Amino acid sequence: MERIRTAFSRLRRAHRTALIPFIMGGYPSLALTGPLLLALQEAGADLVEVGIPFSDPLADGPTIQAASAAALRRGATPQAVLRAVASVRRRLRIPVLCLTYWNPVAQFSIGSGPPSPERFLRAAAASGIDGLIVPDLPVEEGQRWHRAARRAGIATVFLAAPTSPPHRLRLVARASEGFIYYVSVTGTTGIRRRLPEGVLHGVRQLKLLTTKPVCVGFGISTPAQAAAVARVADGVIIGSALIRALDGAAAPAAVRRRALAFVGRFRSALG
Amino acid sequence: MAALDELERAYASAKRDPGFRRELSRLLRHYAGRPTPLYHAKRLSQALGGRRVYLKREDLLHTGAHKINNTLGQALLAVRMGKRRIIAETGAGQHGVATATVAALFGLECEVFMGEEDIRRQALNVVRMRLLGAQVTAVAGGTKTLKDACSEAIRNWVTTVRTTHYCIGSVVGPHPYPMLVRDFQAVIGLEARRQILQAEGRLPNVLVACVGGGSNAIGLFHPFRNDRAVRCIGVEAGGSRLSPGHHAATLVRGRPGVLHGSNSLLLQDRFGQVLSTESIAAGLDYPGVGPEHAYYRLTKRAEYVAVGDTQALRGAALLAKTEGIIPALEPAHAIAYLERLAPRLSRRSLVILGLSGRGDKDVQTLAEHLR
Repeated sequence: MERIRTAFSRLRRAHRTALIPFIMGGYPSLALTGPLLLALQEAGADLVEVGIPFSDPLADGPTIQAASAAALRRGATPQAVLRAVASVRRRLRIPVLCLTYWNPVAQFSIGSGPPSPERFLRAAAASGIDGLIVPDLPVEEGQRWHRAARRAGIATVFLAAPTSPPHRLRLVARASEGFIYYVSVTGTTGIRRRLPEGVLHGVRQLKLLTTKPVCVGFGISTPAQAAAVARVADGVIIGSALIRALDGAAAPAAVRRRALAFVGRFRSALG
Repeated sequence: MAALDELERAYASAKRDPGFRRELSRLLRHYAGRPTPLYHAKRLSQALGGRRVYLKREDLLHTGAHKINNTLGQALLAVRMGKRRIIAETGAGQHGVATATVAALFGLECEVFMGEEDIRRQALNVVRMRLLGAQVTAVAGGTKTLKDACSEAIRNWVTTVRTTHYCIGSVVGPHPYPMLVRDFQAVIGLEARRQILQAEGRLPNVLVACVGGGSNAIGLFHPFRNDRAVRCIGVEAGGSRLSPGHHAATLVRGRPGVLHGSNSLLLQDRFGQVLSTESIAAGLDYPGVGPEHAYYRLTKRAEYVAVGDTQALRGAALLAKTEGIIPALEPAHAIAYLERLAPRLSRRSLVILGLSGRGDKDVQTLAEHLR
């Protein structure tokens, strides 16, 4: 949690927008997940998000759905993804957030112990995870979880959508820790040729309610789109477009090269 | 969340509105064909050793299944909320047809999401939906069946939520859906309770209905929930065998979990990944189940059992040959269970079986298995 706060205050002092790439744990392979995180840092990421794949990713479009399914086929269990993060955590200076759905969290167990979200939190904290994003955990249902996460030193990031009414925006702004995830589109994750017109307005409205950083994700696919969003947002999250850029690369060197080139272009656009 | 709040408010106000209730009961009566008969199946009863079996004939409704009870209610709600488009998921195609039907009736745009595998095995219903003017969208993700059709419908809904109502087909999904669908389906049990009292002068000993998501079963059980002496039995799909991935018996084999916005029982592996399911009945092929059924199981208000594919086929044949009624493969599971249950019931036992749909859609599957 502390690392996220420090990162954003540093960015704020430098008047910079955070670049937050997302990769799916276990995609293209479990062995490459750790090295990819390091490559993203090298390419200039300010924070990174790593997904724990779920069989039924309701908030995701075709690209991340396919990556989740492929990762699951290759044995990317929650435990394995956390291990992959832990294996490189000491070499990562930037905050690591984990994105997954509620059921794998609730069913998390170690050895023959009973499953519980608290166990997941302890394991995530031990792996060096700084924050969690669970799109199907609405802020209204997240109270108990939230307290447990805080005890484990992990920030819970909640999502605000363009369709969220004002009272809900306030609720999300109050509860969200680390930053607030503003969903730029009404819909699922995935590559968009154009972002909806109301994005900048939506972010400005949200920022009137809070001093917490607001990061924008879902649909941002080009450096130009990222630069446009960066005019008002504290961070931009790049998911599907990065995963698409990695598609088809299998050799570690090729995966690294593509990640560096792709994220590097966003870095230059954001300054 | 905003759309769910909107729906909850719209439903609460509709429930209080006598005009809404009048319009719904007019449509149920004159359009869908309610009340449905509670039919004393004498030859089936004989075959089961003399226990008196009544069939609640939802198969006689317009479009051939209980699904129309719910879609009429939800379409009225959609119109009330000013939505011009409705979407639905479908497994066997019965809910898709029922949704396409009410969309035509109310002049709404309609899109139905259906797994590729189900499109293949329920081809007849795909034709019906298209004839009714609906767009049928094939879902290629995941298991290509009901679960993924439901996921895709939810994804579409969050994209089009301002203009679109998601007409969910069972007592699953996020609140208020399980409550709302139950209320629309409770007409089954309300009628059956009145009809059995009229016919027999007493309440039944046992209610039996098949459970996929569980809407026809909860519709039958719910009005009897305070009649403690009435046993409720839900029959799930045992598929080819009761091992992971080969059945859809969520209440028999599931553990607590969250899918599609419901906290209920779920067929899942030890990492919380949802398992694929298998059943000869596409409408039962779902790894989750309505949360109210999970509650009934927990409180022991209802019992749940599993019946496999082969037995279900036998159940369909039994009803066809004894009563001249070809049931859908979903309620055929419940009929098959009666064969198992009957010897254990006293001879004076009175049973109501929820015959949720007719078998026309399954003739192709039946033909493949009769060969």
